[in-house]
Amino acid sequence: MHPTQYNLPTDSNTSHFFLQRPSNLVIGGVPLRNHLILAAGVLGTCGSSLARILRLGAGGVVTKSIGPEPREGHAGPCFYQMEGGVLNAMGLPNPSKEFVQELKDLTGEPVIISIFGGNPGEFAEVASWFLDRACAFELNVSCPHAEGYGAQIGSNPELVHACTRAVAALGKPVWVKLTPNVTDICAIGLAAEQGGAAALVAINTVKALRISIPLQRPVLGHGIGGLSGPAIFPIALRCVFELHAACSIPIIGCGGISSADDVREMMLAGASAVEIGSAVLESVTIFNDIVSELYVSEENDPDMGIDAALIVGGAHV
Amino acid sequence: MSKLLSDIVTIQEVKQETPSVTTLIFNHRYAAKPGQFVMVWIPGIDEVPMALSAPDAISVQAIGDATMALSSMKVGEKIGIRGPFGNGFSLAKRVLCVGGGVGLAPLRMIASNCDEALYLIGGRDQSELLYLNELMSNPAVTIKAATDNGTYGHHGFVTELIALSDPDSFDAICVCGPEMMMKNAYLAFEACGVVNRVQFSIHRYMKCGAGVCGSCCMDPHGYRVCTDGPVFYAYELGDEFGEYHRDAAGRRVKG
Repeated sequence: MHPTQYNLPTDSNTSHFFLQRPSNLVIGGVPLRNHLILAAGVLGTCGSSLARILRLGAGGVVTKSIGPEPREGHAGPCFYQMEGGVLNAMGLPNPSKEFVQELKDLTGEPVIISIFGGNPGEFAEVASWFLDRACAFELNVSCPHAEGYGAQIGSNPELVHACTRAVAALGKPVWVKLTPNVTDICAIGLAAEQGGAAALVAINTVKALRISIPLQRPVLGHGIGGLSGPAIFPIALRCVFELHAACSIPIIGCGGISSADDVREMMLAGASAVEIGSAVLESVTIFNDIVSELYVSEENDPDMGIDAALIVGGAHV
Repeated sequence: MSKLLSDIVTIQEVKQETPSVTTLIFNHRYAAKPGQFVMVWIPGIDEVPMALSAPDAISVQAIGDATMALSSMKVGEKIGIRGPFGNGFSLAKRVLCVGGGVGLAPLRMIASNCDEALYLIGGRDQSELLYLNELMSNPAVTIKAATDNGTYGHHGFVTELIALSDPDSFDAICVCGPEMMMKNAYLAFEACGVVNRVQFSIHRYMKCGAGVCGSCCMDPHGYRVCTDGPVFYAYELGDEFGEYHRDAAGRRVKG
């Protein structure tokens, strides 16, 4: 059904609909405080930062991607800011198993552990370190700039299926974060679904490049990186739209979301929740800012507004 | 996200400040507050955070690959600059600055941004007292120095001068140096009863510099040194300060 078919409280100046304030929300097997989740690789390097983002209004948080061995990442520059977006090539820096200690004060919080590996066995090994701490695992099969990891796995449906199955066997919900840098993202999404994924996350960064003219070399130390921010929102939206038509597990929309309208659009495309990353560049209070514009206000009857579940996929007319 | 924050600048002058510290002056002036920093790209090597020691300069001590390469750069060579980033110091009329070694770099511009300043400066020996002559020639500045070997000023730690300097009489108090020195300064100011209005400029490993990646976040509050800092009041610091930091991989390292 189309949302405009409902009698919705709307802002007098716009045709925006407002969502019911969330209660007992569970998406992809994870109890969330609202529909806005901190994306992997952003402010997720230490437990105190994850706790801060939860205090600042995130409905859940995804950690920095953790792998089988500690990595320092690529030489800098790792980050380049431009009109409408951000280019990065961090290179999967992570403390590996030592990250377990970062989570000791986050017991019971909506924390999703992002993990990566070079094969199904490595994924399962890394996941096994966090079984006491994780609400769910998010498999990074989509980082576009780390040789042997990420998108090199995530562009192969058989490997995605095998890695998903290996982690799902541990008994926790598995989210699989997809790369847009493939011809058919639905083939990868279906492979994850058939491997036992509880949700798909779409999308990771878009493979991209900028070059410094005076220095005649790429602006990132690694050369090629991943583009995020508003520039990729239409790509992310298209991927979510396609996945919603092809797959039956929930989709978490991710990529350039920076406003309540972006969330509404993602939900209409088929996202049950969203992840927000680069928008913290504008303000670390982005989660509370969007919450205040997405949901019916506190003064209103909590039953006013629309149930988010009825919006999801509403644009598939 | 509309700001374009990246420049390629040319080094116009290289000044050997002390045996271990070099100042690079480039052909672009930044509108920066004292205590703000830039991300400096040394092509082919790395990118590292450096305090602006002047609107158009950084002062570098060769410690790692990047700072070693920077220290040996010559006039005419190009580097990339992103920024300025961070909050900078909150200043007032009378300012007390406490700096150790290359930690004087972010404190340097304070001298020209207040009515009157007392600088407590520390170094290994007389030759390593950064900006000593320059600060002495500024009529708004008074200096007390300390050297580890007693070749100039007080023989001992610069933090031992704090209690002798009536810190409560200053409108703003700014500290930068090695973290153990800053921890000692914290304790000295605490003993004087003024620690909660002392500002500390913190150094942490950084990748983005813009508040996104999280590699510089500090316990216990999760503040980003690059964006919420690098200058923090004492009450914003906690159990990490002076005890540990995180390396490029995010592993905790003592000291």
